[in-house]
Amino acid sequence: MSMPDRNAPAALTGTVLELTVNNHPGVMSHICGLFARRAFNVEGVACLPLPGGEDPSGGLSRVWLLLREDERLGQIVSQVEKLHDVRETRVLAQGHPVFAALAGHLR
Amino acid sequence: MPTLSGAEIIVRLLERQGIEFLAGIPGGANLPLYDALSHSTIRHVLARHEQGAGFIAQGAARASGRPAVCLATSGPGATNLLTAIADARLDSVPIVCLTGQVPSPMLGVDAFQEVDTYGLAIPVTKHCFLARSPLELLRIIPEAFRIAASGRPGPVLVDLPRDVQTAMADFDEWPEPGRADGPPAPDAEAVERAAELLGDARRPLLLLGGGAARAGAHLAARSLAERFSLPVVCTLHGLGCLPTDHPLNLGMLGMHASKAANTVLEECDLLVAVGCRLDDRATGRLDRFCPDAALIHVDIDASELGKRRAPQASIAADAADALTSLARALDKRGGGVSRSAWLGRVVHVKERFGLRPPGLDDPRSAYGVLAAAARAAASIGVRADGRDVLVATDVGRHQMRTAQVWPLAGPGRLLTSGGLGTMGFGLPAAIGAALAEPGHPVICVSGDGSLLMNVQELATAVEQDARVKILLMDNGCLGLVRQQQELFMDGRVFASRFSARADYVALARAFGMRAFDLSEHGDPEAAMAEAFAASGPCLIRCPVEDEPHVLPMVPPGAANCEMICETENHDAMEVAHVHA
Ligand SMILES: Cc1ncc(C[n+]2csc(CCOP(=O)(O)OP(=O)(O)O)c2C)c(N)n1
Repeated sequence: MSMPDRNAPAALTGTVLELTVNNHPGVMSHICGLFARRAFNVEGVACLPLPGGEDPSGGLSRVWLLLREDERLGQIVSQVEKLHDVRETRVLAQGHPVFAALAGHLR
Repeated sequence: MPTLSGAEIIVRLLERQGIEFLAGIPGGANLPLYDALSHSTIRHVLARHEQGAGFIAQGAARASGRPAVCLATSGPGATNLLTAIADARLDSVPIVCLTGQVPSPMLGVDAFQEVDTYGLAIPVTKHCFLARSPLELLRIIPEAFRIAASGRPGPVLVDLPRDVQTAMADFDEWPEPGRADGPPAPDAEAVERAAELLGDARRPLLLLGGGAARAGAHLAARSLAERFSLPVVCTLHGLGCLPTDHPLNLGMLGMHASKAANTVLEECDLLVAVGCRLDDRATGRLDRFCPDAALIHVDIDASELGKRRAPQASIAADAADALTSLARALDKRGGGVSRSAWLGRVVHVKERFGLRPPGLDDPRSAYGVLAAAARAAASIGVRADGRDVLVATDVGRHQMRTAQVWPLAGPGRLLTSGGLGTMGFGLPAAIGAALAEPGHPVICVSGDGSLLMNVQELATAVEQDARVKILLMDNGCLGLVRQQQELFMDGRVFASRFSARADYVALARAFGMRAFDLSEHGDPEAAMAEAFAASGPCLIRCPVEDEPHVLPMVPPGAANCEMICETENHDAMEVAHVHA
């Protein structure tokens, strides 16, 4: 087990929810709105289109949400899974390196 | 290969979907859609307010079980729909709302009658779409119906920029109409686990919600209850799953339940909750709800399982499938515990603490007029094909009284705004139900406060000649609010009395509707029979000035066992603890 990096914001050690979603202008409002409505804090967000997303009916995007572990995590995951624009959901208990990379931009 | 405008594509898709009527109001941003509708076989019902249109669609969907459609223009048309949409979301009602929007190039520039309908719709719909091209409609419209009807039903909104309605598109073939996905099969292990718990329980209780009614699980539920000795309580939307007079039926649970129902909840050792979300009006203080019971939770929406209380077993499936598999698993296990002591206890509790509504045999009292109306309705309502009366309510004391005493022979007959509790729901929902199920007489039980909230739909009822009988409980106040002030605000009644009172009989007649005033009839029962026998809509005013509180009542935030009940002579109140 490595020592926690003292410079990294504490939130970087949280659980990451990795979503595959339809890529269109409204999808982030659906996801963020759900978290706001259920009073569940999102510590970090990263989103990129998946390769091959140029087709006109809209491709897919990958979204990573950094969350603080909380007893409501299972409930919020099942609420997210109900969103029709969310195609796949994975819970990454170990976090995801994308946030470490992003944290570099805060310095 | 058809070449059609977006508006024509939508109308053809609605026809292919089997839509027979829809309700709405035209405006600049949906005029192309209205123009295409004018050549359609679909009947348009012109509402007098978009909220009315939304509730007409809801009434149709609740009565028929199929998705229904409403239309509104952009801006104020769309915002006026929102309450009806939010209401559909909380009560899981499948409606498809089509809103006009400013042309795509003008989106986001604060154009005339532009609001962010998509953004406003997100938190109150099951899903929403913003159409970007006429071709996309071939996918979106069937998808909207599929989503609305699948799994746990709900409202879907499609926002339609005006240029998308007018642009032309070529395409090769029509898509299949959108249909509900098949429900997930009950997981065998989960069923086994539930059967084990139920097999061993000594004092099990079945709780049936709107999901059980919607899934047509009432027969499976009844057979499970009868074969394995489970008394039954229902949520507001589950009422009717067991006939009102069935010996195992304890009626509604929660805030306005009988003390018998809440006592049995307090004493059960296993609760089998089916198609309900254990909301606060049903459970009272959650940490004191069914304190000694394990929970088996059955719901088609997996996110309901564990949302309010962690279940010991849960089945994410259609309610009827789940109950049938559960019965089969119990049969396989064989044996089982004797539950005669429990059933004996239930009979005793029912006798001792069952509802005894005051004035039930006085047709001039609030409860008595409901009983008289139910008799009048039954005399015209029961048809050879077994289809009977639908009763829509508004929100308030009259609603809770209806839930307490209206006899229901089957599920889905009581149309009421349970989750959002929206005053103004009753009249338009009743119109929608009457149009969707023309064979059924529809009663709308309303209060003077609620009726005024969508009173303009009296015009729609007359124009459509909808067979709606409005039973107006006229008490000159916002009764349920007054009750709460009297009980919980130390009697400070404020802002809940009407000092200017309308003459509702004259008002109905001004809209061209027949109206009766029960206070002017020597024989209210005969007047009611006459009103019900007449074709078309009518309003029956029943003055209920001095009605007592709706009791029993669990104070908001209290535990279900802390009910305020009537004493024997009905004029004083006591706080009764079931274990006292
Ligand atoms: C749209 C809306 N506004 C406010 C309320 C709060 N409210 C609940 S019941 C009620 C009074 C209802 O009065 P009325 O329709 O006359 O029925 P009564 O209780 O007198 O039978 C009010 C104001 C509500 N449920 N819905």
